[in-house]
Amino acid sequence: MLRLLSFALFLVIWWIAALFVGGAKLPSPPAVLQVMIAEASSGALFLHLGATLARVALAFTLAMSLGSAIGYLMGRVKLADRLGDPWLILLLNLPALVVIVLAYIWAGLTEAAAIAAIAINKLPTAVVTLREGTRALDRSLDEMASVFAMPRWRAFRHVVLPQLAPYIAAAARSGLSLVWKIVLVAELLGRPNGVGFEIGVAFQLFDTPRLLAYSLTFAAVVLVIETLLVQPFEARATRWRPRAA
Amino acid sequence: MRLEVEITGKTFRSAAGGTHEVLAPLKFALCPGEVGVLIGPSGCGKSTMLRIILGLDHEFQGRIARPPQARIGMVFQEPRLLPWRSVEQNVRLAAPDVTDAKLSELFRILELQAHRDHFPGELSLGLARRVALARAFAVDPDLLVLDEPLASLDDALAGRLRDEIATLVASRPVMTLLVTHSLDDAIRLGDRLFFLSPRPARIVQDVPIAIPRAMRSEADLGRIRAELAALQLESK
Repeated sequence: MLRLLSFALFLVIWWIAALFVGGAKLPSPPAVLQVMIAEASSGALFLHLGATLARVALAFTLAMSLGSAIGYLMGRVKLADRLGDPWLILLLNLPALVVIVLAYIWAGLTEAAAIAAIAINKLPTAVVTLREGTRALDRSLDEMASVFAMPRWRAFRHVVLPQLAPYIAAAARSGLSLVWKIVLVAELLGRPNGVGFEIGVAFQLFDTPRLLAYSLTFAAVVLVIETLLVQPFEARATRWRPRAA
Repeated sequence: MRLEVEITGKTFRSAAGGTHEVLAPLKFALCPGEVGVLIGPSGCGKSTMLRIILGLDHEFQGRIARPPQARIGMVFQEPRLLPWRSVEQNVRLAAPDVTDAKLSELFRILELQAHRDHFPGELSLGLARRVALARAFAVDPDLLVLDEPLASLDDALAGRLRDEIATLVASRPVMTLLVTHSLDDAIRLGDRLFFLSPRPARIVQDVPIAIPRAMRSEADLGRIRAELAALQLESK
């Protein structure tokens, strides 16, 4: 209820601001809604949203699985940590734009280049978070598993993974927000479809209603995925913790 | 099937760079059905010895012979349960072959029936220790190691748990190694008592108790206690 009220307040402020600034710079909510409906009924909105979501899903999965594996390895094996650390620092501090541009130059304006570039941007944060989580693993539980001769997979699933779950959730959440931001840049620079491409077109035409229609739909989709997927996973991963009263 | 421990030395490098001798040469053996008790001052190296026997620490001189296929049941000083798994899952994960009947029997003896579905965070320390005991017994161990399983419990509960351990140990031929500070626990549960010196630990005295555990009367226990006190004086 409070959330709805807060959202309504946002609409009201927007509307009032639109009245003052004027329709060309800041169109009113109904004007934007009209564009949304038009784009949706032509099917273009769904096409572009779908393309973007597919890229996000692929890049996110790639970066999370690879990043988690590398992070776990670096947390467990000292040599891997030593070898990987300089690469990690380089990747962490490399601007997203550089990675995207280089990927397009080296691999052409292809889908693979876009997805790889987005994944590479997200990868190091997943590695760092999972490495931290692996370092924080409880040694005494490892010993327990080894004394009771638990097979490797069972020990990993029931002893290690639950300890990593909060870190995986944190990496997923921060990583997802990073991917949402970067995917649009990658699309703007080198893809013929997707929300980022549409925003680029709208920018060239100074078509603010269209720009807002696409960005707001995109934001709404992000919000829905956050509430329906990421938050329930976090809640499930931490359900064994005694709740605060 | 026998557990033979022959440690010729164990040193430990401290953060400051010095080396400390934790264990002096020591040697003992345990047969199935026998309960060996290690008694010694805190910090004398008992836990280090247990870690070596359990195969968690390989950096030592000497040799540990235990049957390679021996199943180990361990009760650590802290319960070491998985906080994210229920009581029953904690036991079943360590002992996947345990039958439902046996599990129910264990939970009945340890009075855990009501707590099967609870998470360890919801248990008191006494209850968590009982879960750790249930887990160790559920694997049907050939070697049972109990590291101060009754420490920091009140006397009444410690007494009850001690009786439960005695019942469980009597129900199968298992080599048992118990570490304790309490002479009382030692003479009620042990078949052989190993008294350890302060660090570096060595075995000062190896005292067998001839009367079978189940047949020790309070009078017997009193006599054993007096004999031990005399021995202790002698060795000083």
